[in-house]
Amino acid sequence: MTQLGRIYLLAILIFLYTPILVMMAMGFNESQLYELPFSFSTRWYVALMDNQQLLKAGMNSIIIAVITAVISTCLGTMASIALSRRTFRGKSLLQLLLLPPIAIPWLITGTAMLVFFYWSGIGRGMHALLIGHVALAIPYVVLVVGTGFSTIRADLEEAAMSLGSTPIHAFFAVTLPLLFPSILGAALFAFAVSLDQFVISYFLATPGYSTLPVQIYSAIRKGFTPEINAISTLLLLGSMAAILIFARFAKPGDVRDKR
Amino acid sequence: MTNVNVNSVAKTYGTTPVLTDISTDFPEGSFTSLLGPSGSGKTTLLRIIAGFIRPDEGIVSIGGRDVTHVPVWGRNIGMMFQSYALFPHMTIAQNVAFGLGRRGIHGAEARKQVDAALEMVHLPGFADRMPKQLSGGQQQRVALARAMVIKPSVLLLDEPLSALDRRLRQEMQVELLRIQRESGLTTIFVTHDQEEALTLSDKVAILDKGRIVQIGDPETVYEKPLTRFAAEFLGDSNFLKGKVESGAVRLADGTVVHAAGTLPADGAQATLAVRPEKMFVAKDPSPGNRLTARITTVIYAGQALSYILETADGMQVKLFAQNRDGNVLKQGETVVLGWSADHTVAVAD
Repeated sequence: MTQLGRIYLLAILIFLYTPILVMMAMGFNESQLYELPFSFSTRWYVALMDNQQLLKAGMNSIIIAVITAVISTCLGTMASIALSRRTFRGKSLLQLLLLPPIAIPWLITGTAMLVFFYWSGIGRGMHALLIGHVALAIPYVVLVVGTGFSTIRADLEEAAMSLGSTPIHAFFAVTLPLLFPSILGAALFAFAVSLDQFVISYFLATPGYSTLPVQIYSAIRKGFTPEINAISTLLLLGSMAAILIFARFAKPGDVRDKR
Repeated sequence: MTNVNVNSVAKTYGTTPVLTDISTDFPEGSFTSLLGPSGSGKTTLLRIIAGFIRPDEGIVSIGGRDVTHVPVWGRNIGMMFQSYALFPHMTIAQNVAFGLGRRGIHGAEARKQVDAALEMVHLPGFADRMPKQLSGGQQQRVALARAMVIKPSVLLLDEPLSALDRRLRQEMQVELLRIQRESGLTTIFVTHDQEEALTLSDKVAILDKGRIVQIGDPETVYEKPLTRFAAEFLGDSNFLKGKVESGAVRLADGTVVHAAGTLPADGAQATLAVRPEKMFVAKDPSPGNRLTARITTVIYAGQALSYILETADGMQVKLFAQNRDGNVLKQGETVVLGWSADHTVAVAD
């Protein structure tokens, strides 16, 4: 049974990683047309260094993703605190309304944003992209941090207060440190949502300002070179590193009270 | 003086009254148990004294100081929670030192007091461990050390032992009592375990539907319950209903039962409570009350025997006996139960 399970797991991993590995390998192949036999070369990485458009789009993607992660994590965490620790009118309605945006097709959200931003004068460009990405990421943050909250017992803060903490001190001394792995996870999630985002970015990008997915998409339409594989590989390694660092630091479930 | 006084305290959630006009005094150095079923308001009362809940009406004072409008963190209370509530991200020493830090005590002085507190709960050398490395009983001791190290004015315990297994619970009861006696701290203990309440406290308060129905030392509350609820909740009890006739009570089947204390006026209905262990099978005529009943159920538990009996008119009576001679009465036997008038109390319904 365990043998079968191992084979199954291996099959899933192969299924998940083969296309990515092939993509990465092709970035190191001499041929522009992805022809075999494979002959190792770094020429596409060298070429990439001169491809200002791709590099700039990649940079934009990372900047937008980082800012989105910071803003949405702050806003989402605050919302999460209110939703899990306070009672107020319309709370359950708000909680309910947070979920549909995750399920609404991005094409629809994107169209709605484009129309709304045009109508309200916000327009397109970096700021519009940021607003869009933050709006998209917040529900994920609220979900992830909210789950983290549910593992922290409310009586920990009460214990702190009985020992002389004001509610604010109790929050910073007890709840926030315990919540930290969830907040970090949520930030990473928001970063990934933003980095991944194509549809909304495509709608809100301007000819002078676009993100990597948008740039790759237009490159594919125009005919492309393995430079795309090269930048994708770099980006992939960057995200993987971030996730591994997170896993190392957060040790999910380790510091939390599991009782 | 660090007594705790609660005066006309009431609390209502929505339209449901949780506490109604509670007035009582917890004298300095006393160990009082708040005993009651869930929903009786015992936890609410404790949380009002702690300061987590603000009462709608009434005054709470600790050591003569009115703290009704003082928040929890200004009341200098020591509190133990049902779930231990140790901070999982801090070491044992950091947990115990938390309250000291809030009082501006740091460094070597804090370390000294933490060590003394851990010594007191028999956990020296545990300072650098994390809470999850400790067993439930050990965590509970740390929680006690953390609550005691700040030298609180009052110790509030919210069912702190209910999560422990039986043996550990008894061990912690002894420990708790020792530390309470040594410190002389006014202690209020919420529990639904009547045995725990009787063994630990020098005062038991029985709560029902947001009221204290009886408060007193354990013996008085057990031997002389004032209401049917108090008699039923604390221990087991038989209830005999009848009409008062010239200083005694005549039951439906004609049996006349004498009781200690005052009875309602002649002609009134009365309920008498008799503890099942106070009854015995009467062999020869002796002074005291008498009741004839037939055994319907025999519960054999080795050292203890329980019988359920039924009188001619269908009233159920319980009888607890020690298994002294190995002679177990048989189901279907009709026996005469005897008991003293001193062990018969009139209770309010």
